[in-house]
Amino acid sequence: MTPPSPKCPLQLNDQGRLRHFLSLDGLPRSMLTEILDTADSFLEVGARAVKKVPLLRGMTVCNVFFENSTRTRTTFELAAKRLSADVITLNVSTSSTSKGETLTDTLRNLEAMAADMFVVRHAESGAAHFIAEHVSPNVAIINGGDGRHAHPTQGMLDMLTIRRHKGDFEQLKVAIVGDILHSRVARSNMIALKTLGCPDIRVIAPKTLLPVGLEQYGVNVYTDVNEGLKGVDVIIMLRLQRERMQGGLLPSEGEFYRLYGLSEQRLALAHPDAIVLHPGPINRGVEIDSTVADCARSMILNQVTYGIAIRMAVLSMTMSGQNEQRQLDAEKQESR
Amino acid sequence: MRIQINGARLIDPASQMDKHADIFIDDGKIIAIGDTPRDFVAEQMIDANGLIAAPGLVDISASLREPGYGRKGSIASETRAAAAGGITSLCCTPHTKPILDTAAVVDLILDKARDEGSCKVFPLGALSQGLAGEQLAELVTLRNAGCVAFSNGLVPFSSNRVLRRALEYAATFDLTVIFHPQDAALAEGGIAHEGAVATFRGLAGIPETAETVALSRDLLLIEQSGVRAHFSQITTARGARLIAKAQARGLPVTADVAMYQLILTEDALMDFSSFYHVLPPLRSLADREGLREAVKSGVISAIASHHQPHEADAKLDPFAATEPGISSIELLLPLALSLVEEGLFDLPTALQRLTTGPAAALRLNAGRMSVGAAADIVLFDPKGQTIVGESWLSKGRNCPFMGHVLPGAVRYTLLNGRITHKNL
Repeated sequence: MTPPSPKCPLQLNDQGRLRHFLSLDGLPRSMLTEILDTADSFLEVGARAVKKVPLLRGMTVCNVFFENSTRTRTTFELAAKRLSADVITLNVSTSSTSKGETLTDTLRNLEAMAADMFVVRHAESGAAHFIAEHVSPNVAIINGGDGRHAHPTQGMLDMLTIRRHKGDFEQLKVAIVGDILHSRVARSNMIALKTLGCPDIRVIAPKTLLPVGLEQYGVNVYTDVNEGLKGVDVIIMLRLQRERMQGGLLPSEGEFYRLYGLSEQRLALAHPDAIVLHPGPINRGVEIDSTVADCARSMILNQVTYGIAIRMAVLSMTMSGQNEQRQLDAEKQESR
Repeated sequence: MRIQINGARLIDPASQMDKHADIFIDDGKIIAIGDTPRDFVAEQMIDANGLIAAPGLVDISASLREPGYGRKGSIASETRAAAAGGITSLCCTPHTKPILDTAAVVDLILDKARDEGSCKVFPLGALSQGLAGEQLAELVTLRNAGCVAFSNGLVPFSSNRVLRRALEYAATFDLTVIFHPQDAALAEGGIAHEGAVATFRGLAGIPETAETVALSRDLLLIEQSGVRAHFSQITTARGARLIAKAQARGLPVTADVAMYQLILTEDALMDFSSFYHVLPPLRSLADREGLREAVKSGVISAIASHHQPHEADAKLDPFAATEPGISSIELLLPLALSLVEEGLFDLPTALQRLTTGPAAALRLNAGRMSVGAAADIVLFDPKGQTIVGESWLSKGRNCPFMGHVLPGAVRYTLLNGRITHKNL
């Protein structure tokens, strides 16, 4: 049996540059480093009095959110505006789909308005891939979070935070603590850390919140938080959703906090200079103690600032890759 | 109509025949194999030199989508596709609209099949009314109308007590019950095999235990009730081993597997392609190897298409939002030949699992090629090839094998001596 020839990677153009940004899976280390370097240069833009560069002037960016979000949506919006794009934001969860319109039709309508880029958040894993493959191959698709699968800009902003405050990934021990099972942030972080050469990635959770086969990510799995936090340089805490108390995943928020919550005593197990990350919104007293969330080693607010720079980097790189591909396609068409 | 089939190699697993001989057909029946009967003058000669003649295949699970889902398929379209796959007898599943739980629906299906169909159609009745798992369907009435076995699909019974009674009632009248073992609570919300691929892709998992827990319970209730039982769509290696153990201690249970489950694994989900969205899900490579072993040894005695045609829109959404199922009934024989080519089993064994194996599991009068039997015959070229999609008859194009080149080509399918498929 001869299977059809494998597709070229969906998110790269013919020159191997980004044309969509769907997942960190399969992206080479050099590309992740380029995103971080580009974001570094944009951080300076955010510090200016006039916070604009003209890289996306004349382009239209649509934020299409099928799932609620404040932080991600707002920072994407700011990032696009700082790149001088025209931005519209749609909360589709409250509009078209409730009228029975399919996902495909919603996006085709937006495409017909000559949008150049969609930032999409959707509750189903693989939604961004689906849109890039079936709906809008000529519109750059940025994954703003799909189900439990990926949140690649969050993954990259966490990497930027780590690189700026801890330096070389090859020397670091990083712990990810909490609801790994349902977390797209954890998945994107594991892949990014692996690609960037982090030698000791630890995931820490009770068995009910650990998906099977995690070892195949090349991570070390711990169920004992006190064991797992020993000597780490970075602690990434994950948000614990209230509904996890149902269905037997956990007995109570209180017991979770006592067993896995990040208190000052637990933080003391880590390296003395360890930093603490959290994708937000935080649940004080559930996964993280207020004194830790507000201490000098907490990077939670820095992450938000870095998030804008990362999103500027991803938007500009993807748009340039998509434009390059459009040109290549036009040339191909001509030579035919 | 008198037909003579010349020069084929005849393989009949039921009688263990494997020889070159001519077949003589009159009035829809095989009247002789070998020497020409006296006074026989053929009205039609089929030159079958280089071809293999085998009993028409028996597919014990296919969704025909009629009545109720005309946009996905019809009895005419799907039995026509089945004939192209070498099938002459098939069992249709009860998930119609209305559900196949009344004699009226059985009559409708059988009438349509007789008028427009290209296969013998044997309906599988709903075990409970509306497949709701609460109240028994009129099993004996349905049997008298033509249902050959009863199934509740993947829908659970409201309690083990009701299930136990359904089995005892079926046992009273010697009816066959088909189990699709899947514990609903363990599978709830899941769309993919719980394993590394689902973890990577963020797809909610269905654990192996969803099958094995249900299977273990079912085996105990089967033993207690003494019902005739068949397990359908087994997906795990451990599930197949549980069945092997039950058979070894004398419990007369049979089992089938979906053809695609012997070929595909969870790895296919890496691209989120909805064509690989099936329930129960594609499992691990180890599971596939376990299933192949069980088919080879005969623990699993039937391979079925588990054909589920869909309209294009049903698959046009992110993975989890799409409808599960693969359309591949017209590839049943070529896919089996690809397994022969891979060395899993020899051709007679493959044909056994597609003819007498399934026919015996559900006590169907089908799957034999012998004097006196109906002239239900498939003639195929083992050296030919099938380019998938080059011609396509099912209304459902939701087939992950599109574009593949499979070994073997079905040249003729005969049903009661009538040609239902021809491709030279």
